[in-house]
Amino acid sequence: MTPALALFYGGLVRAKSILNTMMMSLVAVGVVGLLWALLGYSLAFGTGGTLLGDLSFALMNGIGLELREGGTIPNLLFFAYQGTFAIITAALISGAIVERMRFSAYVLFLGAWTLLVYSPVAHWVWGGGWMGKLGILDFAGGTVVHITAGTAAWVAALMVGPRRDYGRQAFLPHNVPMMLTGAALLWFGWVGFNGGSALAVNGTAVQATVNTILAPFAAMAMWMALEYWRTGRATAVGAGTALVVGLVAITPACGFVSPRAALAIGALTAIPCHLVILYRVRTRLDDSLDVLGAHGTGGAVGALLTGVFTSTAWGGPAGLLEGAPMQLGLQALGVAVAAAWTAVATWAILFVIGKVVPLRVTARDEAAGVDVGEHGEEGYTDGEGAILVLESVTPALAPTATHPIVTTPLARSA
Amino acid sequence: MKLVVAIIRPERLTAVLEQLYRADVRGLTVSKVQGHGGETEHVETYRGVTVKMDLQAKVRLEIGVSEPFVQPTIDAIVAGARTGDVGDGKIFVMPVERVVRIRTGETDSSAVTPIAAS
Repeated sequence: MTPALALFYGGLVRAKSILNTMMMSLVAVGVVGLLWALLGYSLAFGTGGTLLGDLSFALMNGIGLELREGGTIPNLLFFAYQGTFAIITAALISGAIVERMRFSAYVLFLGAWTLLVYSPVAHWVWGGGWMGKLGILDFAGGTVVHITAGTAAWVAALMVGPRRDYGRQAFLPHNVPMMLTGAALLWFGWVGFNGGSALAVNGTAVQATVNTILAPFAAMAMWMALEYWRTGRATAVGAGTALVVGLVAITPACGFVSPRAALAIGALTAIPCHLVILYRVRTRLDDSLDVLGAHGTGGAVGALLTGVFTSTAWGGPAGLLEGAPMQLGLQALGVAVAAAWTAVATWAILFVIGKVVPLRVTARDEAAGVDVGEHGEEGYTDGEGAILVLESVTPALAPTATHPIVTTPLARSA
Repeated sequence: MKLVVAIIRPERLTAVLEQLYRADVRGLTVSKVQGHGGETEHVETYRGVTVKMDLQAKVRLEIGVSEPFVQPTIDAIVAGARTGDVGDGKIFVMPVERVVRIRTGETDSSAVTPIAAS
């Protein structure tokens, strides 16, 4: 799913930022995946206490082909599968800070955030921690993935600051078909993400899979209806966004609610997400790709609606509609605590990193594009005027005192 | 009448357009071009292979103006495009023999005078 996210995000930014944007997703596969193997999984799923796991699985110690306790799948599979959650959660945050955050600062942030925010929250909900014990429901990551990513995105956007010319220039997506391809692949991956959270091939997996397919239908219909009502046009970017919103919304609920409820959750969640995204561009908050609007809001609303629609007939405890309002209260508690912890910890991590590495690229690099400034590559080049530089440079092409070859020429002054 | 041709940095285009708007200069053509003006080469790397980009992306503006607008146009472009580093670009001002507005057949100065919103 994370490479799909790279396409989704990549299509939504300007042409001069596509490589950096896609790299911000791809690097999570490497950095977060590695840290997950070394430490993150153990902090999340080691026995530990109710707040954090332990080091029993550090360095992949003791994770093998034996079946997971009380389950039907090997520990090694569970470890790898959970790793994909950790990776995409961290990558989701990048949508808030694309086109101006320094790549090195971002990589440091991803690593620290995974260990200090993602792993603890995953432990609270799924690893035997206090949220799970209280009965707060999160089937496949509404709280663990989307509320944490959305909240972190909000804090990161505030701390890194808006893009140059934000509020003055319109930043248009440079490749909407690419964004739609990413949305389609995300949907495809999401079916495994949610269906797999049953940790077995059984009725719950079928239910979660079908609910994951259904909710985006309703979210997309509601979104397009809102767009028609407001502007008389249904947009492709809107439809692609609605798909993701529907997926986010059903994620916490998919193993606890009926398929009919999945349709309701998709449709209902589309409304607040649509409104938040419309309102956000009128503020100074440059959450560039609307991570707060789509994932934070969708995750929170989905988590609350889980408490409304969860049904004893469909594998959950009783919810509000079955006369148990307490579940809704528990869900609200989960949302509030996860968001609060994420906000505080994300702020602290970025504050510390900002003391070591500037969070932003130079003004010049930002203006010319982070692709050339941060990576020395362009996403779309016709190669005209490109001269190959090998070891034996002919004198005419050799760097001179007045024309030195510099690797980041655009960074020479801010 | 003059034709003002300006070569500027792509990333300054928004600022230049805003300055031109403030100076009440309407009607222009923008093209994406490539070229260089003696600035330092920039180097890119593709899977370990170093490539020197000899031509850089630039934007060319072409603006036909009547005499009273020549200097304001130049001032606006300079104000919007200047960063102080090599590669900010150039402005060329050229005499124009005739101008015809295709829609109305108006010629010369009246053809480069902005139309009031109609």
